[in-house]
Amino acid sequence: MTAELLVRVSELRKVFGANVVLDGVTLDVHAGEAVALLGPNGAGKTTLLRILATLVRPTRGAAVVGGHDCVRDAEAVRAAVGVVAHGAHLYEDLTALENLKFWTALHGVPVSAETLTSALAAVDLDRSAAERVRRFSAGMKRRLSLARFLLRRPRVLLLDEPFASLDQQARKWLENHLQEFKALGGAVVMATHNFDRGLVVADRIAILAAGRVALDTPRAGLAPDEIQRLYTLYTEAAP
Amino acid sequence: MTFARRAWIVLWKDVMVEARSKETLNALVFFALLLLFVFQFALGPDRERLGGVLPGLLWLGFLLSGLLALGRTFLVERENDCWEALLLAPGDKSAIYLGKLAGNLVLMFLVEAFIVALFVVFFDVALGAALPSLALVIALGTVGLAAMGTLFSAMTANVRARELLFPVLLLPVEVPVLLATVRATEAALAGEGLGGVTHWLGLLAAADVIYVVVGVLTFDFVLEG
Repeated sequence: MTAELLVRVSELRKVFGANVVLDGVTLDVHAGEAVALLGPNGAGKTTLLRILATLVRPTRGAAVVGGHDCVRDAEAVRAAVGVVAHGAHLYEDLTALENLKFWTALHGVPVSAETLTSALAAVDLDRSAAERVRRFSAGMKRRLSLARFLLRRPRVLLLDEPFASLDQQARKWLENHLQEFKALGGAVVMATHNFDRGLVVADRIAILAAGRVALDTPRAGLAPDEIQRLYTLYTEAAP
Repeated sequence: MTFARRAWIVLWKDVMVEARSKETLNALVFFALLLLFVFQFALGPDRERLGGVLPGLLWLGFLLSGLLALGRTFLVERENDCWEALLLAPGDKSAIYLGKLAGNLVLMFLVEAFIVALFVVFFDVALGAALPSLALVIALGTVGLAAMGTLFSAMTANVRARELLFPVLLLPVEVPVLLATVRATEAALAGEGLGGVTHWLGLLAAADVIYVVVGVLTFDFVLEG
């Protein structure tokens, strides 16, 4: 039986002024699958994630998440996705616990104080629960940002450089969490420059170059140096 | 989740952030103090002249401190891209507007109370019986200022020249509110009660209702950009 199609991107084009960022991107992601978007800076990875998150409107083409169109049914898409972007989406003058409390309340997720505490414990921030986020390191902020999705189980995770700023322990935790998320039927689309840790959870890699998917291939059986070779081949061949 | 609960959680967050950082409150208190010193030097001890200009001066103080406070409403959302996260939260965005408006009202009422206290001290104004009438006028005027101020603050939050654009957009819209509040304040401070200025109060109440409704109806479009 084929797994449910959770993300469908077809012939997506995005133009900012005279700059064509995406030029006919097509990509499918099924339930239980993780796709890593690779590509040089400016290849359109973040723009693609932002279109899927409904933060940017495509110029042409279609993006559908969880069966909902990203333009016509943005509210339903927002309810289905979890986004970890460059900004941590955290208030510096609130504590870790207060930040979680705020975001779960805003998303309408009913959680008890114990659940909030256990989510913080899962990202190893339980001892910093009452500390203001202003005093957190970049890695701690990233972990707190990820803790939100333990409480609000989205169907699709859109991650922009999720392993950036994380130490070894936190990376391991994130890998385990993403594997568990996939096993429960979620889909992951992540943009990464990290060919090592970043690709461990990926089932497929899609190399973006010159605004198109230059290569979409299963990751299984590809060693990191082989991925590096393909990356160089396809990104340098792009006009 | 109810609309009211979403608005409440935004208010709670804004109050907590301001209570911790005190960035805006401290600046506004200092600004109000400076403003009152300037007024004091400009007017001197002439009590007769003071009586005529006091309502205008009071609202000038409220307006200038209000412009500073309201202009900063969405700056906290720019840090760590929280603006994006507000946008990504499913549900009616006008609850966010009402929460932000309530947070602005709390802040502005605090600063206005401080400014009134400074007027009493600096200009030896005997409020006494005028206080309930004055409080009503201040409450109505502040809602009118904050309702449009919150909306325009969201509109200009991501604009490079926001410090210029924000007052340029806001002040023309606030003309009816300022006219009505100054007239009603004049009557309240003269001890005449508000019976003779009901038409101004009516205008003020109507402006408040219209401005809040416009904010609720348009905030979604403003946030989506």
